[in-house]
Amino acid sequence: MALVEIRNVYKSFQRETQSVDVYTGLSIDFEEGSFTALMGPSGSGKSTLLNLVAGLDKPTTGSVRVGGAEVSEMTTSQLATWRSRTIGFVFQSYNLLPVLTAEQNVELPLLLTNLGKRDRAERVAIALGVVGLSDRMDHYPRQLSGGQEQRVAIARAIVADPQLILLDEPTGQLDAKSSEEVLDLLQRLNEEFNKTIIVVTHDAKAAERAKTILHLEKGVLVERQVALEGAMR
Amino acid sequence: MKYFPLVLSNLRRHRLRTVLTILSVALALFLFASLRTVVTQLEISSQLGAANRMVVQNATAFIFPLPQSYAARLASVPHVTGVTWANWFGGKYGDGKKFFGPFAIDAESYLDIYKNDFIVPPDQKEAFLRERTGVIVGPGLLKYFGWKIGDNVTIQGTIFPGDWTFTIRGTYSLKDPAYGDEQFLFHYDYLYEREKDKISPGWFILRIDDPAQAGVVAKTIDDQFRNSPAPTKTGTEQSFSAGFMTMFGNIQLLLGTIGMAVVFAILLIAANAMLMNQRERTAEVAVLKTVGFTDRTIFSLVIIEAAIIAMTGAVLGIGLAIILPKATNFNAFGFLPGFHVTNGTIMVGAAIALLLSAVSGFTPAYQAARMPVVKALRRVE
Repeated sequence: MALVEIRNVYKSFQRETQSVDVYTGLSIDFEEGSFTALMGPSGSGKSTLLNLVAGLDKPTTGSVRVGGAEVSEMTTSQLATWRSRTIGFVFQSYNLLPVLTAEQNVELPLLLTNLGKRDRAERVAIALGVVGLSDRMDHYPRQLSGGQEQRVAIARAIVADPQLILLDEPTGQLDAKSSEEVLDLLQRLNEEFNKTIIVVTHDAKAAERAKTILHLEKGVLVERQVALEGAMR
Repeated sequence: MKYFPLVLSNLRRHRLRTVLTILSVALALFLFASLRTVVTQLEISSQLGAANRMVVQNATAFIFPLPQSYAARLASVPHVTGVTWANWFGGKYGDGKKFFGPFAIDAESYLDIYKNDFIVPPDQKEAFLRERTGVIVGPGLLKYFGWKIGDNVTIQGTIFPGDWTFTIRGTYSLKDPAYGDEQFLFHYDYLYEREKDKISPGWFILRIDDPAQAGVVAKTIDDQFRNSPAPTKTGTEQSFSAGFMTMFGNIQLLLGTIGMAVVFAILLIAANAMLMNQRERTAEVAVLKTVGFTDRTIFSLVIIEAAIIAMTGAVLGIGLAIILPKATNFNAFGFLPGFHVTNGTIMVGAAIALLLSAVSGFTPAYQAARMPVVKALRRVE
């Protein structure tokens, strides 16, 4: 069953006087519980696709449905609320708030819920436990390594227990060891917690961890690779 | 409330900048409150006086005296029901750092004409009237010097040199604080006794039976003395007060324009610092939006942060403007008795702080709320 349904999406940007088409009728499904890597050269529309699924951007025409909800028709306010419950987003450059501790950064999405302080603290502790940073709760981002920062960002993405986790180049700024740790974590989230994961990456090693690899070129899906169970690991 | 740690953390981001911004707002509002109080107090002082009292002064200048013989002639002018007189003494006590203005008064008539303004307990009034070297001292001055009734105090005369010893026989309470709680009122007779030919009344104060006749009374008196060696200038007590205040020049205009321009400039600097503070965080706003914060929540957070800075500055600045004059007994060398920040000034100061938080918070809050997430994220990535 498809959790994300992208149907006949057209998307164009206005660049100075010229209109640049990103997609001209793109249709893709992402199954529930899937782990998909989006690959392709720069400008192929990978990140735009992630933004459309997260409701951060809207298609020029076409439909983007996530969990049965028509994302492209929601208002900004509806989108914010929907995003806080449905989507976990991880950036290449972590984007933790420097003035908040790891615990406070992870707590951010929970501030938007009706949970009390104690419940929020419990969930934050669990999320940081999942990413292996229970002992770094009181640390500020500047006191963490890049890999640890990215794991805090992942904890922030999963703390509200969203169905879908979107990651934009999550290992782009990490060394090999930290990348492995993050990828192990993503795999665990997918397999153990049945999270649906879509990851944009240029890194072949990162893509190898996915169950499906989609290659985009100039906004067109040019190749779909489905990994055999365990064969690509 | 759950967002408070987030707001607090943002305020602590650049501690020095936050503290300096708060201090800028505090300084601006301290200056505003103080200057406005001076202007207000000058207005009050220039309107000081009862409608049924008039002042007769030398037409040449306030500093020139009038003959004692005028007292009887003034008393016979129609509508005049009482006459008294006073003299500026000029004197200092101790090291002379504390300025106050001792006045020599015709005791009985003066206290009668001002009986509704300077309220002296009957026994103290009686003791004062009985003793030529007695003095009535305002409660503020008693407190400042630690004097008490019965004390002998020696003043060094400046206009009338020498040591002048007085015995404090009474104090007074006021209905209108603008009359000042630092008066030092002693017997004209005591001054006359020592200075004899060198002394005559500085000005006369009249009580009239009908304030509507003030113009007629003034004309009658001034016409009467027009060709005398000491022509007079007669007016209501209020016009006398106003004239006295104009001796300082147009200080109200000076304070009202230059002073307020300085205040406004400081507020602009503070507003700019607050705007800059928010602009630097566009990327973080994008992250919050991605996490699921609504435009409304983000708008509120930015506004609350600006409000905390502005209101903290306001509390410090206006608070200091209230406390400092009290702590230092400030009264502009006796020219602004009852100097205090009025409730009106506090309200206007608070309104300025609110306006500042709205102006400095609204623009970045509006921009942050309106900015498309993808556009803001591009700045992040």
